[in-house]
Amino acid sequence: MFSLGDLYQQVIIDHTKSPRNFGKLDPCSHDAEGYNPLCGDQLHVYLQINGQNMIEDIKFEGQGCSISTASASLMTEGLKGKSLEEFERLFAAFHAMATADLSEEPDQESLGKLAVLAGVKEFPSRIKCATLCWHTLKSAIEQAAQPARTE
Amino acid sequence: MNIEQIRNDFPILHQTLYGKPLVYLDNAATTQKPQCVIDTVRHYYEQDNSNIHRGVHTLSERATAAYEASRETIRAFFNAKSTKEVVFTRGATESINLIASSWGGANIGKGDEVLITHMEHHSNIVPWQMLCERTGAVLKVIPMNEAGELDMEAFASLLSERTKLLGVVHMSNALGTINPIEAMIKQAHAVGAKVLVDGAQAAAHVAVDVQALDVDFYVTSAHKMYGPTGVGVLIAKQSLLEDMPPYQGGGDMILMVTFEKTQYNDLPHKFEAGTPNIAGVIGFGEAIQYIQSIGLDKIAAREKVLLDYATTQAQAFEGLKQIGTAKNKACVLSFVLDGVHPHDLGTILDREAVAIRAGHHCAMPVMQFYKVPATARASFSIYNTEAEVDALFAALVKARDMFA
Repeated sequence: MFSLGDLYQQVIIDHTKSPRNFGKLDPCSHDAEGYNPLCGDQLHVYLQINGQNMIEDIKFEGQGCSISTASASLMTEGLKGKSLEEFERLFAAFHAMATADLSEEPDQESLGKLAVLAGVKEFPSRIKCATLCWHTLKSAIEQAAQPARTE
Repeated sequence: MNIEQIRNDFPILHQTLYGKPLVYLDNAATTQKPQCVIDTVRHYYEQDNSNIHRGVHTLSERATAAYEASRETIRAFFNAKSTKEVVFTRGATESINLIASSWGGANIGKGDEVLITHMEHHSNIVPWQMLCERTGAVLKVIPMNEAGELDMEAFASLLSERTKLLGVVHMSNALGTINPIEAMIKQAHAVGAKVLVDGAQAAAHVAVDVQALDVDFYVTSAHKMYGPTGVGVLIAKQSLLEDMPPYQGGGDMILMVTFEKTQYNDLPHKFEAGTPNIAGVIGFGEAIQYIQSIGLDKIAAREKVLLDYATTQAQAFEGLKQIGTAKNKACVLSFVLDGVHPHDLGTILDREAVAIRAGHHCAMPVMQFYKVPATARASFSIYNTEAEVDALFAALVKARDMFA
C-alpha cells in the first residue's frame, strides 16, 4: 500500500510552497486555461514557442491543491528549452504513469524528476489534479478554442 | 440519548480504514443507513418485489400497500394535508426541476422575476436559470453577509409584484445556515409570490410542518435522512398541483389513453410517470420512522451539542478560518486552513480514516462570495461522537504539520 508520504514527497511539498515559473508570460505565443470542475482548480499556462518549435519560455498561474500546483511547477521546469516533440513524448509518459497499474514502476529514465508524482495513481480522486496542467498545456499548443478540462 | 446504541443501528460505522476506526463526517453529502432501512429494502426484494398500482396478484398488492404506506408516513412527518400533496421523485433535484418545468412553464413569463438566495445549491439555481432563458424571466439573488446569513433588508426590497417565485434553501449545505423561512414565506406571499423551500439539507435536522409554514412547495431527498439514494419527495399544495400540467408522460400517470387524447391520473399519480423507485420509497418511509423513533427534537438538540463542541475546537485551531458562522446553524463545519488546500486536507484526513468533503459543495456562488476555490467540510449526524470530533482535529494537526 502507498502511504501518504509516497504522495506528498518532499519535492512536492517544496514545489507547492515555492512553485517555479509562476506568473504571467507577456508576451507569449500560446496560452490556455485549464479547469477542474470537480475541485475548482484553475490554471493558466503561457508559452513562448519559437520558429524551431522550441519551448523558449513557459509559465503558469492559478490556484489549486498541492498536487496540481507541484505538477504544474515540475512540468514547466521540465519543459523549458525542450522541443514540442519532447513535450509529446513526456505528455504520453506522464499520462501513462498517472494511470498505470499500481504494480508498475514509473519510467524513471524518460520521466526524470516528474516520477515523484507516480504516487497519485494510488489516489484515484487526485489523478486529475496531476494531469490538469498537462492537458492545459496540450490545448495551448494545439491552440484549442475551448479551455482544457479534466472531465 | 444513548449514542452507542444509535451507532449500533448503523452497520457501516463499525469498520476500520488503514487500521483506524472510520470517522464518517460527510453527512451533508449523504447519511449512512440504519439496519432497519437496509432490512426493509432487502425484505421488499426478497418477499414483495413486483410492480405497483396494476397487478391484481398478491405480491403487487403487498408492494402497492407498502409504497402507499410510505406516502402516508411522509405526509404525516411533514404534516401535509393529504397524500395527494406528496409526490415521489428521484430526489430534491428532480423535485425542483419538476416545479420549474411544470409550474414555472405555466406561470412564469417574460419580465417576471424568480428570486433565489446567494447560498442556494446548484440544484436550486440552474433549473431557474434554464426557465429564465426559456421564458425571458429575470433571476434575482438575495445577498448574504460575511457570517453566511441572508440580508433580510435586501430581501424585502427585492420583493415586488413582479416576483412570481421565491426559492430558498432551508439549511445551507455549504454553510450550515438555517434560514428564517417562516418570515420569508409570509413576506413573499404578501406580494403574491409562491415559495419553494429546498429542504434537502434541513429535513433530517429541523422539524417541518408544511401547513403551519403555509409553504407552497417543499422538497427533499431521502438519502440525506438515512434513506436510500435515488428517491425524494415534492410536497406541494393540492390546488397548485391540480392546475399544473404533468412533468413527464408515461405509465401510471394516466387514466385513459387513446391516440386522440389522454386523460391524466389523479394526484399524486399524475406526477409519477413510469415505474418508480419502489424499494427506495419503501426504504424512505422506514427511514422517516427511524427518525421518529428517536425524535427530531432530540436529534436537533444532540447535534447542536456536537456542533458547539466542534466549533469551540475550530475557533482555537491556529490558521483555521470557518466559512459560515451564522447564529442559527446546524451540523456543518466548513473551513479553510492556512497553507493546506482543502483537497490535500481531504486526502490526508482520509488516510486517518476521517471522511470529510472537500470542494465547492455544489454551491460555487458561495465559494465566490468568500473568495475561496473550495472549502473543507465536516458535517455531523446523530451517530457522531465527541471522540470523532477529536479525531478530526488530531488529523488536521497532522495535515498542518505535513505542510509546515
